[in-house]
This record gives sequence, C-alpha cells and structure tokens, in this order.
Amino acid sequence: MFVFGSTIKKTAIAIAAGVLSLGAMSVAAADKTKVGFVYVGPVGDHGWTYRHDIGRQAIEAEFGDDVETTFVESVAEGADAERVIRNLASSGHDLIFTTSFGYMNPTVKVAKDFPKVKFEHATGYKRADNVATYSGRFYEGRSVIGTMAGMMTKSNIVGYIASFPIPEVVRGINAFTIAMRRVNPEAEVKVVWVNSWYDPGKESDAAKTLIDQGADVITQHTDSPAPLQAAQERGVVGFGQASDMSAFAPDAQLTAIVDNWDQYYVDRTRAVIDGTWSSQDVWDGIATGMVDFPEYGAGVPDDVKAAADVIKNGIIDGSFHSFQGPIKNQAGEIIVDEGESISDEELLGMSYYVEGVQGSLPK
Amino acid sequence: MNSEALTFIVPVLLTIIAAATPLVYAAIGELLVEKSGVLNLGVEGMMLLGAVSSFAVAHVSGSALLGVFTGMFAGMAMALIFAFLTLHLRSSQVATGLALTIFGIGVSALMGQSLIGIAYAGLPDIMIPVLSNIPVLGKLLFQHNVLVYGSFVLVFAVWWFLQHTRAGLVLRAVGDSPEAAHALGYPVIRVRYLATLFGGACAGVSGAYLSMAYAPMWVENMTAGRGWIALALVVFATWQPGRLLFGAYLFGGITILQLHAQAFGINVPSQLMSMLPYVATIVVLVLISRDRGRIRRNAPASIGQAFHPTK
Repeated sequence: MFVFGSTIKKTAIAIAAGVLSLGAMSVAAADKTKVGFVYVGPVGDHGWTYRHDIGRQAIEAEFGDDVETTFVESVAEGADAERVIRNLASSGHDLIFTTSFGYMNPTVKVAKDFPKVKFEHATGYKRADNVATYSGRFYEGRSVIGTMAGMMTKSNIVGYIASFPIPEVVRGINAFTIAMRRVNPEAEVKVVWVNSWYDPGKESDAAKTLIDQGADVITQHTDSPAPLQAAQERGVVGFGQASDMSAFAPDAQLTAIVDNWDQYYVDRTRAVIDGTWSSQDVWDGIATGMVDFPEYGAGVPDDVKAAADVIKNGIIDGSFHSFQGPIKNQAGEIIVDEGESISDEELLGMSYYVEGVQGSLPK
Repeated sequence: MNSEALTFIVPVLLTIIAAATPLVYAAIGELLVEKSGVLNLGVEGMMLLGAVSSFAVAHVSGSALLGVFTGMFAGMAMALIFAFLTLHLRSSQVATGLALTIFGIGVSALMGQSLIGIAYAGLPDIMIPVLSNIPVLGKLLFQHNVLVYGSFVLVFAVWWFLQHTRAGLVLRAVGDSPEAAHALGYPVIRVRYLATLFGGACAGVSGAYLSMAYAPMWVENMTAGRGWIALALVVFATWQPGRLLFGAYLFGGITILQLHAQAFGINVPSQLMSMLPYVATIVVLVLISRDRGRIRRNAPASIGQAFHPTK
C-alpha cells in the first residue's frame, strides 16, 4: 500500500512520541545521546516544521546509532508545551530543541528544573546557562528575491501574501521592498494579510486576488505552496517559502528561501557529545547557510541571476546590509541616513512600512 | 459597463465561485442530515478524509473522476462510523461528531504522509460547447470543472427531494418527530442512516474539491475550518437549500472581497472579515429563537436526539 508502506517507521516514532507526551517514560540506552524536538505544526506542513524535521534527520544521518532523536509534533504553545518539554527532559534527553516562539517561557521554566539538560529555543530572546537561542536572518533572503522581483516585474506591481503583522514578517516585507526599489524605483508592493500561517485555500485566493489586481510577481510569508501554484496556473512568477517548492510550480518558481537548520543542529549535537556546549545567541543568515537557496528556475534571465548573486555575495562578505540607508518611510521622509543601517535591536521590533509598500500596516 | 471593469470583475467572480463551491457541497450534505434529525459535527473530519484519499487515488491512477469518487466513498465510510455509533449504539451525536473531526484530522495526516510535496495538475475545466464562447458570460458560467456544475445540480436536487417527493416528506417527518414517523411504520433508523451517508458523501466530495481543484495538493489539515463554516452555513440558511446556496456565495464572497479590499489598500481589519460568517450565524440563531413561527418552522424538531423505538 503506497500510503502505509513508508510510514510504518514514522508512525512508530510518532506513537513513541505520543506515549512520551502522555507521561509514560521510555527506557533509554544510557550511552546514547538523546536529542528531543518539539514542533508547533505537523511534520507534513511542507514549510516551517518540515524543515526542522529535515534538520533532525540530518542529526540521525550524521551520528547514526550514537544518537537517538525523538520528536513531538503539533504541540500547542502554552500549558501543553511545558508538559511535553518537561517529559522530554525527565526521560533522559540531553539536548532539546523547542522550535517555536511561543515555547519561550515554558522552555526557560523547565530548564530551571533540569540544569544538566541543554535547551535550544528557536526565535526567542530569553537565555540561561542551559538555554541557548537561535534564529535565521530570513530577511537577507528577501533582499535577494526582492532584487529579482524588481528586475522581473513588467507591471511594477508585486504581490506579497503575509501571515500576521509581527516584526519578523514586517521586516521581511521591508527588506524585500528596499531591495526591489534599488533596482526598480517604480515598482510597488501590494500586501494581503491572510491571518494564518497555513491555509492553502486562502493563500491561493490571496495570490489570485493580487494577480487580478495587476501583480506579475508573487511572494509570500505563509507556509503552503498554494500561492506559487496559483502563480503557475496564471502564468506569473514567484518564490518558494521555507522549502524548495519547484515541484508545485516548475515554471513559476524563480528561486526559494530555504530554512536550513541541518548544520546548526549537527554542530550543537556534536557540542553536547564533546561536552563543549555552552549557551549562546545565534542569528545566522546566508553566510553560514542557515538561509539557503535552491537552483534558479529555468526562466530566470542571466542578468537577474547575476544581480541576485551580487546581493548573496555581498551579504556573505559583509559589504551588503539589507537595511542600509538611505531608507525612507511611507511618507517619503528619510529614516535611515546614507552610510548607516538599522540595528539588530530595532529590526527585532520593526513595526512600520518603508516607502514602496502600499496600504497601511494593520495594528 | 466598460470592458476594463469587466476584465476585472470576471476573474473576481471566478475566484468567488471557487471559494464557495466546497462550502456548498459540505453544507448541502449536512443540511439533509440535519433535516433527518441527526447533527453530525464531523464534517471537517469527513472532508479531510475525502481530500486525502481523492488526491491519493487521482495521483496514483491518473484519473480525476476516480479520485472524486474515492473522496466520496471515504466521506461515506467516515459517516458510516458515525451512523453506527450514534444510531445503533445511541452515543451522543455531539460528542461523536467532534470525535469524528479529531479522528479525521489524525487519520488523514497519517494516510497523507507520503503525498506531501507532490503536485497535481488539478481537475480539468469543462468547456460547454457554443455557450462557453459567449463573451464574458461564457467565461463566467460555462468554463468550470465538473464539481462546480455539480454543486448547482445538487442543491436543486436536494431542494426538489425535500419539497416535492414522498421520500423527502418521510425524511422531514423523521427529523421532526421520529416517534410519529415510527408509529406510522417508517423506518426511522434506516432513513437516518441513508441521510448520514449522503452527508458523508457530500463532505467527501467537498474535500476532493479542495485537494484536487481549489489548491491541488495535499497538506495536513488543509480544510482549515471550512467544515465548521459549512455547519454554521446550514443554520444561517435556516435549513433551506436556496438560502444555503446564497449563504455559501455570500461567505465565499466576503472572503475574496476582503482580500481585494486589502490589495486596493482599503483598511478593513481582516480579522473582522474572517469572523463575519460566524457573527452572521449567531445573528440568525438569535432570530430563530426570537421568531418561533416563521424561521423555526424549518428547523428539524428532533435534531441531535437519539431515537429508540421503545422509548
């Protein structure tokens, strides 16, 4: 049976994880390093959680029998999360990755009670001796695709499908728009908020809406391949989000911003095995490969590829910053002078649009 | 109307049709189920199973039609579980329906694990000869996939069945007073079984529409709450097929128009718009309890209650 054959192993893992989350402790081999993962979505979301699980598999591939990994998927942010994290900590896990912002307080709380267990919290800002934080500078990727969008658009309208008006998403819209207008000052971004990370139907509707209103390039900060699929169907182009989505849109995908946690997860697991792990705050981007790209799509002209590569290389060697001045706000006033750039602290709290984005930011 | 406005309005209307069609299927099935006195809250779960199994079969066999039928049967299989538990074993319909939804979310995710990341071309559009060549109207009315046409036929058929056939009258009698229907010799349980299975089939087709036409792919939990909107829609329509069709297009239209409003830069809080179907349903519920005479006439009197001949 095609549906069940390959899933038996995964099912066994899922059942094991389910048993763990119910509080029944499994027997652990003492010499193995145990690494646990807490996911906010299903591993099958083909986006955020899916990429974290690819990272988990990279650990298994690297260390083989020396490491045992466990994951618990679709864990709601809140009281449930604390219970799941606590169970993982008390069942002999040495290293636990909690992969959503809402797990921040439960992670710190549980970490206090388990000083010997190492915790890694994605996208948060609270740290302790045994709690490290890590995230990706995905906005760097948006500078690359923004440059491509600015060169590719003929209608000078680019559609942006956004999830929730939080700094992470707003930062992405701004980085994209700034880069786009550097190469094409006439182009503007239309943003549609769908209030969901993950609703293929609505994301698809939003893409069609934007295309109907003249957008000929589509980009998204939601997780499903539906917008790209709509772009393919209507004969416009776009970019994959979180993972390579070219299978859904072989002609439409110009490139994609891929979250690549593989190396980070392997490195941190090795640090635990070697006893060199210490708490840190990592916010890495294109330079370390945490923000990654697949091959360019077949329809990308050479000059667009070259321009995108210039941005990528500039970010890697430090000569390019996504938020380098001059930057104007929507009223056309300069908010960042030439030669300056926006600090990380300010980026983490970004809550305004730059010039070139249409409409106003929902409060 | 000038041609520029038309070239804008036609695609908008086309997206509204696409957004409304899954709601029509799921809701018209549930309407008939509720008319027989059964409340099945498992619509979301049945839709998900329909979505995953239709996508799987269409992908493997390459036949879209086979996919749609598989989705229909998957929905029916789920409905059969529900019917057995509630009609035979007389478990609580509310609790069983909720369990069916949760079960559907889990089992569809399990079945769909190997389908993630696979693209599918989608249901082909059927161009109705001659008519589809009419400017504007042809594109709007006569160039859809088979499920869009089917949804209109289905709504009409359910209306005809309920209002103009003897079997429809029996079904309504069973929903209003199962004791009286039983006393007259009508097979209450069998009628409810058939109605529940019909509801499952419709939910399955609705799911198939989502995974094969609306956003042709499989991702976990891809119904994203549309089963609940369908349930609300049945109440909103006060159990009348015509109003249900209107309501589905209204709810679908609101979704699409708020996206357009945003893209135009008009500042409407999108959260408010997402809330509207439910607010409208609450308003209708209030009206129902206020106006016992006119609106309540359509509500099945025995809805949600288990029936046993010896009661």
